[in-house]
Amino acid sequence: MSGLNQRLHTAGHRRDLFWVAAIVHRVSGILLACFLPIHFLVLGLAIERTAALDGFLKWTELPAVKIAEAGLVFLLAVHLLGGIRVLLIENLTWRPSQKRLATAAIGTAGVVALLFFLRAL
Amino acid sequence: MSDVIAVSIWRGRGEGRYVDYEVPRLDSQTVLDVVTYVQRHLDPTLSYRFACRVGVCGSCAMTVNGRPRWTCRTHVEKVVADGRVEIGPLANLPVVKDLATDMTRFFEKWQQAKGAFTPSKTRHDKVAHIMPASPARVEVDKAIECINCGVCYAACDSVRWNPDYLGPAALNRAWTLVNDERDAGNKARLAAVAAAGGCHSCHTHQSCAQHCPQAINPTASIAGLKQRTLGAYWSGALT
Amino acid sequence: MTLRLYLLQRLTAALMVPLIVGHLATIIYATHHGVSAAEILGRTRGSLGWALFYGLFVLLAAMHASIGVRSVAADWTSLRGRPLTILMWGFGVLLLLLGARAIYAVVAS
Repeated sequence: MSGLNQRLHTAGHRRDLFWVAAIVHRVSGILLACFLPIHFLVLGLAIERTAALDGFLKWTELPAVKIAEAGLVFLLAVHLLGGIRVLLIENLTWRPSQKRLATAAIGTAGVVALLFFLRAL
Repeated sequence: MSDVIAVSIWRGRGEGRYVDYEVPRLDSQTVLDVVTYVQRHLDPTLSYRFACRVGVCGSCAMTVNGRPRWTCRTHVEKVVADGRVEIGPLANLPVVKDLATDMTRFFEKWQQAKGAFTPSKTRHDKVAHIMPASPARVEVDKAIECINCGVCYAACDSVRWNPDYLGPAALNRAWTLVNDERDAGNKARLAAVAAAGGCHSCHTHQSCAQHCPQAINPTASIAGLKQRTLGAYWSGALT
Repeated sequence: MTLRLYLLQRLTAALMVPLIVGHLATIIYATHHGVSAAEILGRTRGSLGWALFYGLFVLLAAMHASIGVRSVAADWTSLRGRPLTILMWGFGVLLLLLGARAIYAVVAS
């Protein structure tokens, strides 16, 4: 059986809502973990480098930065809600239909981020 | 509706490729019918497994258009896309040949999770009275119909990413025994499912519950194990 | 993922829920009321309340994030055993130190 070596296609389940919710939760966690050290370093500029902090904070006026901030708030909100979803599934009596819950979680996170974005403008 | 289905079937072992066949389309045709047609009329070298043909044994589980399913219970009209169907062996298991996988590891993990009944009585003791409506038995009954077909194991990304993970089927069975009042092996069993690769490696993706042909929810069983092992940990019953 | 790590991960998560809600509220308040260095520090300098709130937050986040990173590395990289444990501890300690410094920076410096 010579010829090209292909890979088995076995990832059809990755279109399911529950799986997407789990991956969004994982990826948002990774991105937040990357962001945290940077966040702490910037705040640390308040030690004897307040001018540098002010300079940095001036960047936050830019629309691109505001969008990035809204993105971060979205990540935090979606990771929080996804985490609450996991805590509920693992610790409360099983309820068969949680698709609505997963969708609502992501939807609410979007709304929170939008609110943040609008207020910040 | 065309009268022919374009079928791609995995041929080979770990290395291999999809080979195309044309199969006549019939009413109420299942994917197992399609595979059988190919083997009988087009290519007798095709290897695959089946037994009962009626959805009670689980032997015919394969990957159909990317998802693990029982092929005898999958009607072609439900999965065919643009007149095409793609069929491969179950994921997360070594391929013996074509559509047949080596399920040794699957069953080894079953044993590792202590998925076997440990008796507490002998034939000389009175028969245990288990009330079907007792909360423990209700939990068992929700999960007891597993026939080890491997579909949940094939659907699970935690199995795919972590070779040590015992997997949904083994842990689900352990859960049924944890709740079995007659079983005497729960100390060892809880230790087994609380070890590395046990229930705490489940990330609650729920792909197992989505795909189980018996409508069992292994995620729920594993959640039960998580709670039970935590309880044992707090009370000092677990090291 | 061992039982202890799992427990710590879920516990820190549950404890952080109210803290995150508080943090989001703070962010929204701050963006409405001024985010220059002077305005932020004017609110946080000398505040024991903020120190305690964010001190707890940093501690819980450092544990939660490092265990989470460990899980992802175990699943998606070839790291195992000792290197994995070192990654987890290293990241956790880094967050703890940087976080403590950040709190000192806005409360006490």
